[in-house]
Amino acid sequence: MRTINPKVHRRPHSITHPRKSIALTLIMILFLAYALVPLLWLVINANKTQTELFTVSGLAPGGSFALFDNIVATFTYRDGIFGRWLGNTLLYVVAGAGGATFLATLAGYGLAKYAMPGRRAYFAVVLGAIAVPGTALAVPTFLLFSRLGLTDTPWAIIIPSLISPFGLYLIWVYTLESVPKELLEAARIDGASEMRIFFTIAIRLLAPGIVTVALFAIVATWNNYFLPLIMLRDPDWYPLTVGLNQWSAQASGVGAEPIYHLVLAGSVITIVPIIAVFILLQRFWQSGLSTGSVKG
Amino acid sequence: MTTVLTEPAVGVDRARAARGRRPRPPRDWRGWQFAGPFAVVFVLVFIAPLAYALWLSLFQTRMIGGTVFVGFDNYATALGDAQFWDGFSRVFVFLLVQVPIMLLLALVAALAIDSARLYASGLFRLVIFLPYAVPAVVAVLMWGFIYGDNFGLAADLNDLFGTDVIRPFAPEWILGSIGNIVTWEFVGYNMLIFYSALKTVPYELYEAAEIDGASGFQVLKAVKLPAVRGAVVIATIFSIIGSFQLFNEPNVIAPLAANVITSDYTPNMYAYNLSFAGQQYNYAATIAIIMGLITAVIAYAVQLRGTRREDR
Repeated sequence: MRTINPKVHRRPHSITHPRKSIALTLIMILFLAYALVPLLWLVINANKTQTELFTVSGLAPGGSFALFDNIVATFTYRDGIFGRWLGNTLLYVVAGAGGATFLATLAGYGLAKYAMPGRRAYFAVVLGAIAVPGTALAVPTFLLFSRLGLTDTPWAIIIPSLISPFGLYLIWVYTLESVPKELLEAARIDGASEMRIFFTIAIRLLAPGIVTVALFAIVATWNNYFLPLIMLRDPDWYPLTVGLNQWSAQASGVGAEPIYHLVLAGSVITIVPIIAVFILLQRFWQSGLSTGSVKG
Repeated sequence: MTTVLTEPAVGVDRARAARGRRPRPPRDWRGWQFAGPFAVVFVLVFIAPLAYALWLSLFQTRMIGGTVFVGFDNYATALGDAQFWDGFSRVFVFLLVQVPIMLLLALVAALAIDSARLYASGLFRLVIFLPYAVPAVVAVLMWGFIYGDNFGLAADLNDLFGTDVIRPFAPEWILGSIGNIVTWEFVGYNMLIFYSALKTVPYELYEAAEIDGASGFQVLKAVKLPAVRGAVVIATIFSIIGSFQLFNEPNVIAPLAANVITSDYTPNMYAYNLSFAGQQYNYAATIAIIMGLITAVIAYAVQLRGTRREDR
């Protein structure tokens, strides 16, 4: 069609092929600056010594290249507690987000492919849970877990992280769209068990959806603050978020011992891995999200 | 006794008779081997705490007499609690101002990226989304330092202009300062939701509009905005839930902004401080339930309104 009538193609105000707009690009550069300037400020200031923080103004670079020293100081401060927090965070992410992805994938697939008794009620309750404010549950969860003797252990962080209603929903949509019934029927005729069909066939078709769910679960557990704040008393089990906030709070009050340079370097160390994951896997989450919005 | 014994037998007979007439496939329980594990954990971390909170809210622990059943006394107390309503009205103002600004910015960004008029639109999409990946604690610490008098940008700007107008931690500005942090964190996430919705518009629709000679503005009004309406409703509901839960930002910024953020600044901070500073678990549970109910009602109302508009 377009090749037959090149006039339409060349028309300047075409809707399908509009002119690039410099004005609009400039406006969007403001958005870009809004997103980036605070991060830039963080990186520039993580590169200053504690004295320079107070003498060299905001976005100007400090005289010395102190980032490396600051990072070393961050990891050696108080017998290397920061490294321990990093390890804890990784543990919570692998067990919590990994488990959440696994459970949501299994359940989303099951609900999409089997008309078992109770399916509608199941779905209604889980989707209703999306609207329940997570923090409304935090205090009762803490009390319940303290009765079970789970507070101040990694389980107090991992178990609540295992549930992702949004993840279940996303996998449900994804299964309806990308796992054909005929394929499952064919495998059944070949005598494969239901679990085997799931692990050998379905899971491959669902891969982009699973990566999306995993990414959002990783962000949720990596960034988790409220739950560990209430569940943990022992700094040895803190994740990075709670630990960093404690370092920051130590600048004020009685016996204040400001360690701003460590807070800034620690912040950089905290955000670099998670941003890297997002940039590396952007193809997956961008396509995964658009699938969710088809039904949403 | 006899009825208990005979009734199941009758039931089985009936079932057998029914099956004899019209063979029905047996109930398919296989799905539960997939959905079961999620359900078990869900009950432990969602249903049980919810039930426990309801239970707790009906009791009071007193100095004399220990824990006693008080019915709905805690709810009556909460409804007349000025500290609670003070925090509630604060998050409500926050909701009315911050959420529309954030969603409007997100919509503008999504439409711009979808318009095909941008140079390097993929870069914009990625970078504007990135703050979502930054942990709230780091975002608040970072912005808190930027706001601060010590080595922040606010202080630099004041020096530059020889004024002290920019004081993000002043009591009259602090809510706006928190709003800015929340906007920074979530504008890209909402943009991505809107952008995904815009991507579902079939290309043929734009071609048809072109053949009909529609203007860009007409396409925006008749094609693009209807396409994102559902996404806007969802984003609004999530933002309402987020606003009513406001905790991380004021809690982390509190030590930086000395004496501005009180322990009852938001309902959630109030509930937290009641339980962990005051040991008033029963009352904290009551506050949490009331906030949950209000959130659910408002979210439901928004959804009804949103879907009704869609029907029109």
